[in-house]
Amino acid sequence: MKTKRPKPTTPATRLPKCPTGIQGLDEITGGGLPRGRPTLVCGGAGCGKTLLAAEFLVRGTVQFGEPGVFMAFEETEKELTANVASLGFDLTGLIRRKKIVVDYVHIERSEFHESGEYDLEGLFVRLGHAIDSIGAKRVVLDTLEVLFASLPNEAILRSELRRLFRWLKEKGVTAVITAERGRESLTRHGLEEYVSDCVILLDHRVNDQIATRHLRVVKYRGALHGTNEFPFLIGDEGISVLPITSLSLNHKISGERIATGIPRLDAMLGGKGFFRGSSILLTGTPGTGKTIVAANFAQAAARRGERVLFFSFEESPDQIIRNMHSIGLRLDPLVKRDLLRFHSARPSLYGLEMHLATMFKEIATFQPQVVIIDPITSLMDSGTDSESKGMVTRLIDYLKGGQVTSLFTSLTQGGHSLQQSEMAMSSLMDSWLLLQDFEGNGERNRVFYVLKARGMAHSNQIREFLISDRGIDIVDAYIGASGVLTGSARAAQGALEKAAVLASQQEAARLKREVERKRAAIERQISGLRSDYESESAELRRIADQVGTSTLMLTTEQAASGILRQADTKVAANRRVNHRNGKASV
Amino acid sequence: MKTNKIKRAIKAGAKSPATRRKSKYVLRLFVAGATDRSRQAVLRVRELCAAELKDNCKLEVIDIYQQPKLARENQIVATPTLIVEFPPPVRRFIGNLANITGLFVELDLIKKGKIAL
Repeated sequence: MKTKRPKPTTPATRLPKCPTGIQGLDEITGGGLPRGRPTLVCGGAGCGKTLLAAEFLVRGTVQFGEPGVFMAFEETEKELTANVASLGFDLTGLIRRKKIVVDYVHIERSEFHESGEYDLEGLFVRLGHAIDSIGAKRVVLDTLEVLFASLPNEAILRSELRRLFRWLKEKGVTAVITAERGRESLTRHGLEEYVSDCVILLDHRVNDQIATRHLRVVKYRGALHGTNEFPFLIGDEGISVLPITSLSLNHKISGERIATGIPRLDAMLGGKGFFRGSSILLTGTPGTGKTIVAANFAQAAARRGERVLFFSFEESPDQIIRNMHSIGLRLDPLVKRDLLRFHSARPSLYGLEMHLATMFKEIATFQPQVVIIDPITSLMDSGTDSESKGMVTRLIDYLKGGQVTSLFTSLTQGGHSLQQSEMAMSSLMDSWLLLQDFEGNGERNRVFYVLKARGMAHSNQIREFLISDRGIDIVDAYIGASGVLTGSARAAQGALEKAAVLASQQEAARLKREVERKRAAIERQISGLRSDYESESAELRRIADQVGTSTLMLTTEQAASGILRQADTKVAANRRVNHRNGKASV
Repeated sequence: MKTNKIKRAIKAGAKSPATRRKSKYVLRLFVAGATDRSRQAVLRVRELCAAELKDNCKLEVIDIYQQPKLARENQIVATPTLIVEFPPPVRRFIGNLANITGLFVELDLIKKGKIAL
């Protein structure tokens, strides 16, 4: 038979892989388990080994058209079928259609008596027959270690196991072998020394009364793989492994801006609101109105026709709707139109991973454009610091990957340094709004500011945040020499300023009147002086006239007397008088 | 399960008319191919049947290479395997039967003094 080998197209030939179809596992292993080689899956009791193996087979048949053989040493076919049916796998149907063969190997220790040399050819024949009967490409041996308990001669068993794995490789089947976790080694009976191509370790740990399953690829010969411990969970659709982060940071980003539902807040964010697909953190001490801002944002988005998913970890949907109604936000019509969907769950209901998986699932089914998580902090309390940070990272990654705008509210406790308490999350967030309250004058007032907003101009001012039955109002807080004034102090300061303005207006008016009065006085003086002057000048004219007349009379008298003395002057004087009289008569 | 096997064994015994006696032994030997080990096992069982059980037994030798289905049905893991199906309880002996003492202990023959060790 001719063997035709495809020439490698790239110098670095990749190890052929066999996809498991298990959500997340193929991502970690870079495409699946090594094809044609055995993989060891080890872990303690109840950590999901059998399930992982079963899912590998079922998905192999259903998704990749590769029939499989399940060799069960612990469970009967019936038990196995019932167990995987709870995850939605129809094993019976697959067996009937000759896609899967389940061979239950039953070894009753009490029936066994060793009487000389033997080998495990019986197992080989059964396996070989099962493989050949359906043309299987995948094989599961669950759990081989039962043999150690049943067969007395370990030396024979070990050499036979070595032969078995070699035989499986020769058969070219991709095998999954499960094994119990040992105390000091990976497996109780050291199976890892026979299976050296790929080893996956499963683990089930309890932290703070909440159990979380983890998966780690301990070894994968000839391939790059994620070496971290990845949380995984068993849901009603099988196993899903949740990679902490996708390997790259290359989300598509959007330049589109979306309004927050609070016009003044939009104005503070360069007049346009947040970027679509960005992550927004809203922190505040209790009772500062975080949920209200979140609900406003939700309402605004839903009114634009976007789908909004509201994860609430403290209040029930009805309670949120009722409470928001009290400030004039009507959310129920949006819920009815299925634009707004609530998902409420107690944080302590299950572990962080389960929460995350549930959220992923909700998001995947509802396909929202906006996701609100209220509050993220109560969710984070159910895990350790690094776990919860990992969770938020994954959540943000996931949301950003889908260009979903996310708003996280975060409850800060009084007394903590804010920056410190939010350290874990803030670096992951694109925008950070802060709600705070100020106490003073026997009252407590809310203030609000934008702590950071990546990629946009934003106001650096502290605003006062008012909640009334008409919704949210953001007003300028008074900032002066005595600090930030809010509430009645701001109102008092406003009144003071008004009074001051009024006083200065009055003062100006008074000054104006004074000037006016002075001007009038001066004018009166001027007119008095003028009339004085006029009367005096009239007097002067009168005097001048008098003088003239008297001079004339004097001249006339002189002339009359002159006539007596000299005739010629009389003539000249006569002529002058005539001329003057004539003029006066005209 | 066990009762089924016993019934089957009884049935098998009932088939041949000459073997109606209650104490009829029903033995099945599973071997894998014609290896030395297989041959040894077959020889020892035959020896046993002839000498110690006075042919009061029904022996069936099955090559699982020829009949792999039977390997599954009879829960064969190791070869050779001798299954003593009757009299109950069902017992399994794995190995080439070189160490035959165990077998006779199980079959309660030593007590009866029928064989010398």
